Amino acid sequence: MKPAPFAYIAAGTADEAVAALAAAGDDAVVLAGGQSLVPLLNLRLARPSLVVDIGRIAGLGEIHANGVLTLGALTRQAQALRSPEVAQRAPLLAEALRHMGHAATRARGTVGGSVAHADPAGELPAVLLALDGDVVLRGPGGAERVLPAADFFQGPFQTARRQDELLVGLRLPAAPSGLRWGFHEIARRQGDFAIAGAAVTVAPGGHARIALFGVAPAAFRATEAEAALAAGAPPAEVAALAAAASSPQDDIHATAAYRRTAVAVAVERALAQAGADHR
Amino acid sequence: MSGQRLVSVTVNGEPRSALAEPRTLLVDFIRHGLGLTGTHVGCEQGGCGACTVLLDGELALACCTLAVQADGATLQTVEGLAPAPDRLHPLQRAFQAEHGLQCGYCTPGMLIAADDLLRRTPDPTEAEIRSHLSGNVCRCTGYTGIVAAVQTAARNLRVQAAETGGVAAS
Repeated sequence: MKPAPFAYIAAGTADEAVAALAAAGDDAVVLAGGQSLVPLLNLRLARPSLVVDIGRIAGLGEIHANGVLTLGALTRQAQALRSPEVAQRAPLLAEALRHMGHAATRARGTVGGSVAHADPAGELPAVLLALDGDVVLRGPGGAERVLPAADFFQGPFQTARRQDELLVGLRLPAAPSGLRWGFHEIARRQGDFAIAGAAVTVAPGGHARIALFGVAPAAFRATEAEAALAAGAPPAEVAALAAAASSPQDDIHATAAYRRTAVAVAVERALAQAGADHR
Repeated sequence: MSGQRLVSVTVNGEPRSALAEPRTLLVDFIRHGLGLTGTHVGCEQGGCGACTVLLDGELALACCTLAVQADGATLQTVEGLAPAPDRLHPLQRAFQAEHGLQCGYCTPGMLIAADDLLRRTPDPTEAEIRSHLSGNVCRCTGYTGIVAAVQTAARNLRVQAAETGGVAAS
């Protein structure tokens, strides 16, 4: 199918985009790379009255590495994957990006769009959670809100972004010293959304993050499993706690029971990659 | 705001303009607005890769891109691959020689994605070829012929580059 008609604004600045969103009805949508939105428009699962295109806003697609690693919302997934700063500062993010879609979708798809879309089986929300990342939102009058990832993701395709706000960037704090990471995703084919996946980070001093995706209404941290991991529990026990904390549903890709089993496997493999499987 | 507007692109080296509604997909703009029907419409949801083109030098699914997003951009479609009307690109010759196609519906997207790979990675491994083409679905060949074609083309392009002592012609 083809998209239903909509009004279209190509915003020149973030504030222009915010003003357009604020003036529009609740069904206005933001277009960045379009790799989630345009298929939804084609299928007419989305029928917005207004599309606000932020793709031409200068400076919104830049990566800055100071104390904090900042990725502008328009940073293409392929651009982040090629970035030396990302490879050095956030190798977990780079690994997750390799699992996202295909070469053509990564070339157009943006990191901000993927986070704002908040697919429960998407990789980036879990990565943000595992790296203690923040989401930067810009609202009317240029006011910015910085939300921890845990407060941003609220449900399937639901986030804390207000209708008159634009997601302008992602922030990843400097990693604790000695941070190790693991990432494992179970999917039918390369590039598919995950049936189940896990992103973990561990560091000396009791730092343990276990973020799961594909097995709940939104990506989330399995905090009981994290506490067990920090306390030195064996990986199988940590994985079982993580699986117990998930709330998967049956769909055409997998049953809930299969997803629960798969997420435990993903956690164990991610822990092994992080070197957190033998203590 | 939802009426037609002029969209201007440089496609295969030639400046072109045509009218498009905001909702017009780039693939329909290329086929109907510009009359270049080599780019195919497949699934219209980003799952098959038949509509793959280069947009400002990067891969893009023309069914998941609005024409207005490409205003001012440089496009390359499958029509821009062959160096002359009577001379095929090494990738096209290899697809022919290695039986890299049967019905041909996926071929334009396969060729653009493979060309993108070989310009970045002149000597790819089989795994790299399969990974780079993972978004391009073929229901005829089982992919074996396609992978062989990309390997053959890569070899021929490297030989060609060595002979001319420069960058591989594309």
